Amino acid sequence: MSKTSVIAIALLAVALVAPLFVYPVTLMTILCFIVFACSFNLLLGYTGLLCFGHAMFFGSAAYVAGWLMKTYGLTPEMGILAGGLFSAALGLLVGIIAVRKSGITFAMITFAIAQFVYFILLRSPFTGGEDGLQKIPREPVLGLIDVTRNFNYYYVVLAITVLAVFFFYRIVHSPFGEILKAIRDNDARVESLGMKPERYKLMALVLSAGLAGVAGAMKASVFQFATLTDVSFPISTEVIIMTLLGGLGTLFGPMVGAGFIIYLNEYLASFGEWALISQGIILLLVILFLRRGIVGEFNAWMKRRQAS
Amino acid sequence: MFDMISPQLLFGQLLIGLINGSFYAMLSMGLAIIFGLMNVVNFAHGVQYMLGAFCAWLLLNYLGVPYWGALIIAPLAVGAFGMLMERLVLRPLQHLDHLYALLATYAIALIVEGLVRQEYGSTGLPYAAPISGGINLGFMFLPYYRLWVVVFSIVTCAGTWLLIEYSKLGAYLRAANENPNIVESFGINVPRMITLTYGLGVGLAALSGVLAAPIYQVSPSMGSGLMITVFAVVVIGGIGSISGAIVTGYILGLAEAITKVFYPEAATTVAFVVMIVVLLLKPNGIFSSEKA
Repeated sequence: MSKTSVIAIALLAVALVAPLFVYPVTLMTILCFIVFACSFNLLLGYTGLLCFGHAMFFGSAAYVAGWLMKTYGLTPEMGILAGGLFSAALGLLVGIIAVRKSGITFAMITFAIAQFVYFILLRSPFTGGEDGLQKIPREPVLGLIDVTRNFNYYYVVLAITVLAVFFFYRIVHSPFGEILKAIRDNDARVESLGMKPERYKLMALVLSAGLAGVAGAMKASVFQFATLTDVSFPISTEVIIMTLLGGLGTLFGPMVGAGFIIYLNEYLASFGEWALISQGIILLLVILFLRRGIVGEFNAWMKRRQAS
Repeated sequence: MFDMISPQLLFGQLLIGLINGSFYAMLSMGLAIIFGLMNVVNFAHGVQYMLGAFCAWLLLNYLGVPYWGALIIAPLAVGAFGMLMERLVLRPLQHLDHLYALLATYAIALIVEGLVRQEYGSTGLPYAAPISGGINLGFMFLPYYRLWVVVFSIVTCAGTWLLIEYSKLGAYLRAANENPNIVESFGINVPRMITLTYGLGVGLAALSGVLAAPIYQVSPSMGSGLMITVFAVVVIGGIGSISGAIVTGYILGLAEAITKVFYPEAATTVAFVVMIVVLLLKPNGIFSSEKA
């Protein structure tokens, strides 16, 4: 058995017993952000595109899924699927405008489009404006499993997270994923081999947006509300911090980062501005001294040890 | 529909648009100068603008230094902070992917804004306008201070643009942007020039902050709100184009004002609509130097 699957099985075992010891809502928040961070990692870690407004996919899916679950009584799994599909479509639209660019211009364009999406959602009648979308119901999953208790719903969220992470893993370890990495490292070379980097970048953006949508829709069903916070710029940067802290372009990095930052936020929630200040400090320290992230540094350390 | 709009409303909004445009222009010009030489998108720009305003407020309330003194001291102080930032944070990152520097400036913005809010709270602090009174133009009342802001910003923008386009220093700047190694071989200290340029850009942001203090309230988030539009200005004008940033800044300020008169709900989104249209038609921005 490969090292990756051993770690994955160990993590899954921990996740299965975790709600006996930790408040399930905290755990579900972490799971949502693990999926969100994976989706971000797909873009920045594997394709080299810094999306500086990833919250637009996360937050708008939260609204769309929440609205569908509330208005049409959709079950959570259908709502989450719908959220993912909606965000994938949004990703396609954004991609048409943005993928011709890369690097800083791509970051600036996605930043500005995300602000645009924020204003649209603020003004749309179905989002409830400043109040957000409240009291989203949780219908029985698949029409069978009662999930009104958070403890029960945790296992549904865990199952979806495992599926989403596996989907992400399959993408980055497929021939398509190899092409993405080649584009990240040298897109002119990829083009000279007769492939169209723009098309692959667009596809990566659509997939990433879709995963981010699944994460956002899942969060809406966990908390049973969707607010403007989910689409706001701080969420876009939080996912960047999680991914960089854990380790860009690694499978387990975003999980470590998401767990760490969510825990930190909960811990510092009652200390005013200190949650945001410490996020800033962490981001700065990671950029200056720990650019491979926790998992990336650990992998490098293991490699050095094996070599010697 | 059109005869319902009174000249008071129209010209009043246009004045507000011109004032907002003055700040957009000055801030996006500073961003363009920094980006042009360093390829760094300075996400701390909004916070440096806010620091300028806070500096003026602190100088007035603790040291009794009036507005006119703050107009000189605040940009120097915040500019010095910027140069320190460049030396300690941005320089070690300059040979890496530029995205790291962008994220580092954002991290500093997060820390500084958080600290200021922790210390002074979120509510705006009032700062009295140094010039009172105004002139009645018949169709509207024009406060002298607002007139001063518009004139001052036009002069600053034009002066900075002339400096960079026509002076020897500006020629060095543009050359170092093209090829720093050759400029260095002519005996010019490029790293020092980068530090000073970053300081200049940051100082301009702080100067705008002092100008803004009597118009908008002095608050920790005054910068982040404004910067969202300023980044749209930068994308529309073409990232790194100084003249593009200035012109687009004023135009967008006025465009927002006109939208506010005819279709108020869209006023906050007009910048982004323009941006998306421009990106579809001319992906490098209207005034691009084809660099980005």
